[in-house]
Formats: sequence, C-alpha cells, structure tokens
Amino acid sequence: MASLTVSDEQVRANPAKVIQPVWVRIMHWVNALAMILMILSGWQIYNASPLFGFSFPREYTLGGWLGGGLLWHFAAMWLLMINGLAYLITGFATGRFAKKLFPITPAGVLHDVRAALTFKLGHDDLTVYNYVQRLLYAGIIVVGVLIVLTGLGMWKPVQLYYLVALFGDYPTARYVHFFCMAAICAFLVVHVLLALLVPKSLRAMIIGR
Amino acid sequence: MAKRSFLIPGVDKRLLIKDSIKTMPDVTRRRFIAGGASLGALSLLTGCDVVDSSSAEEMLKQVSKFNDAVQAFIFNPDALAPTFPESAITKPFPFNAYYDLDDAPDVDGADWKLEVRGLVDNKKSWTLDELYKLPQVTQITRHICVEGWSAIGSWTGAPLRDFLKLIGADTRAKYVWFQCADKDGYNSPLDMRSALHPQTQMTFKYANEILPRAYGFPMKIRVPTKLGFKNPKYVISMEVTNDYKGGYWEDQGYNSFSGS
Repeated sequence: MASLTVSDEQVRANPAKVIQPVWVRIMHWVNALAMILMILSGWQIYNASPLFGFSFPREYTLGGWLGGGLLWHFAAMWLLMINGLAYLITGFATGRFAKKLFPITPAGVLHDVRAALTFKLGHDDLTVYNYVQRLLYAGIIVVGVLIVLTGLGMWKPVQLYYLVALFGDYPTARYVHFFCMAAICAFLVVHVLLALLVPKSLRAMIIGR
Repeated sequence: MAKRSFLIPGVDKRLLIKDSIKTMPDVTRRRFIAGGASLGALSLLTGCDVVDSSSAEEMLKQVSKFNDAVQAFIFNPDALAPTFPESAITKPFPFNAYYDLDDAPDVDGADWKLEVRGLVDNKKSWTLDELYKLPQVTQITRHICVEGWSAIGSWTGAPLRDFLKLIGADTRAKYVWFQCADKDGYNSPLDMRSALHPQTQMTFKYANEILPRAYGFPMKIRVPTKLGFKNPKYVISMEVTNDYKGGYWEDQGYNSFSGS
C-alpha cells in the first residue's frame, strides 16, 4: 500500500515552485497602490494648468482640488520612492534583474513580438519571461526612475537643480514627467489585460505559485 | 473712463481671466478627501479607517508637516536659484491671482507705508520714497506656480536680508510674516532662513519699471526659492515672529514650506 505520507526527500525533490517570491509580491502591490495614488493625484495637479488642450475628468482625480491633489501626491511619493528604491536594491542584489530581465536581444524581441501578434506566444513556464515581457518590465523600471527624477527635480528645482538640468529646464522636466505618466498608464492597460488573459500569472503575483 | 482699461500693456485679458478662474478654489475643496475615501486600500498605509475622511485628512496634514521638515532640512541657504539672460524673459509675464485684475488691490503709493512689527529694534514705518533709496539689485529668475506653470521675469529691489539687518530684526526668530492689501487679507509666513536667502528681495520694479498693479504695487516679496503663492504682492506689513501665524493658501492645504 502506498504510503500517504511524503518523505522529506520527496518535498525537497518537488518543492512547490515559487514563481514570485514574497518580496516581489509585497513590493508589486505597494507599488500598484502608490502608482494609482500618484496618477490620480497627478491628474488633479495637471488640471490646474493643463499642458495640452484637455483635462482629466474630475471623477478620475484625487484630492477634490489642487491643494488636496498636491497633499496626496507629496504623501504617496514617499511610498512610491521608498518602495521603488527597495525594489531596485533587492532586484539587483538578489540577481533577479540579471536572471529574469536579461539578456534582451533585438532578435529575441522581434521573434516574440511576432509570436505574440499571431497568438503563438506561450506562457507555459511563468518563471521565464519572454523577450516582450523582459523589454516591457525593464522599460517600465527605466520610466519609473525617470518619472521620479523629473518629479524630484520639479519639487526642488533649486536644491536639486542638477536634476532639472539633466532634462534641460523646468518646463521640459514637466513634459518628461507627463509622458512618463502616459507610458505608465499605457503599460498598466496592457499589463492588467494580459494578467487577466493569463489568470495564473495574477495568481502567482498574489499567492506566489 | 470709457472702457475698463488694464494698467498693464501686454497683459492678455483672456489669459488673465483664464488664469484667475483656474486658481479659483473649488467649492468642494474642504472636502478634498472625498475622492480618497473610496480608496479603502489606504488603510494599508495608515491602519486607520479611511472611510472616516477626517482621519485621512489628518494623515495628509501630518505628512505635509513632515514634508515641511524634510524641505527645511535639505534647504541650502547658499544654493542660488538659476538666473537667466534678458532674452529669456517670458512676455507677457502672466498676471495671476485668485481674482480678476480689476479686483486687485489698488494701492495709493503716496499714502502707503510699510508697517514693521514684532521682534525688531526699529518699528518705524517706511514710506515708498524711503524704501526706494535702499540699494537695489536686479534678478532675472523663474517664477514657478503651484499650478505647475512657470515664467521668467525680471525683478528689482532691495535684498530682504539687508533690510532685516537695517531694522535690527532678530534673525533667530522663526518667521517673517507678511500681510497684504487684498481685501480678504492675503498673508503668508516665510521661514527665516528663506527670508535671509541672498536672492530674497523686497521688489519695487518689474522689468525696470515701477512695479505695476498687476504684479503687486507698491511692493512684492520675490522669493525665487519658493513657489509663487509664497511671493506676496501688495505687501502692507511684515512681522518678525516666532509664532506660526498661517497663511491664505497655507491654511487651505498648500504645503507651508513650498520651497524650491
């Protein structure tokens, strides 16, 4: 009769494969919250002096008026920056970035884009990112860094003048900040859509497996 | 007077009205948390019940105070705001207030006196002619509005720190508190270190002309290291004080330090 118990050896041989370690999951959801707060309060601030010929609908803004939007923005920025910094440090230190996001080769990206567009891109092994994922995840990290640098520069254009100088001048930093937001929103739409199409990836981001 | 005439040639009326409407606080501004209350997830951050909007408001106020402290900490009294060549000046320089230019304070320069109060040796009031005799400097700097837009302008006046020295102000005090001629009592506190910053100026001229009404005649405090709303116009008095007396916008929720 087969034993119902499992030996230690078997557990070691078949460990439940952790796709997303706990630190990734925590930081992912903290970042999701921080990003949403930053985007909605940022739209409120944008509406006070729009860069383009449109405003964001009031219902999708946070804070009720400019002053409230600013309070949210400058509160949530700490959450975004501290969590983001911890993520970058852990990502590099654990080798996760090196292992999961690199290399990104043009040929690989082209191949996987073609496969994705013809619905032939498989997601059998969630522990390995395809080249489109690698490019998008690495790209969004770069955008995240840019939006924080332009944001800090605009917050402290005298004390952190070199951050503003990095982007040219104050108004340019403002445009870069806006376009980074737009890139993050575009990423968010695709990211959420794909997570819903491949529900096990969403599950992995919640329970790890 | 046939038509309402604007005192400032080059100030675009439509822009001006647009600007002032934008600054008009929303009637719901006191309930600015309403939008946030629905984000129940925020309880993750605070551990408090966010549905009770007053606790979220309290949290935001505390963070804003924390941000005041952070900004004061990283404020370098020797860091200068970038200056620009004359060719970079924004024309026309926008008029900006929470009211129409027609409703801007119309101060009679001959009657006006700058009142000096608080922790100073010499509390004498100053006439405009007396102030005009102070050594003046011209600075071309970027004015950055809390709304996000910015404009480069040329301001001429006496460094505030020279004036504070002249009147024997206690520069260990925490604030210089300015009051303005606006009918609903615009005022704003300036932390002493920013008041003593080399570029902080009692401004009497814009673009080498006597400060026009639109830009704060007879005197504006130009602080290139602060957001625009902390650059009071139509100033009628200054008080050197250790008390935080609040300010027109600060009391409504704009961050009090609001430094650059």
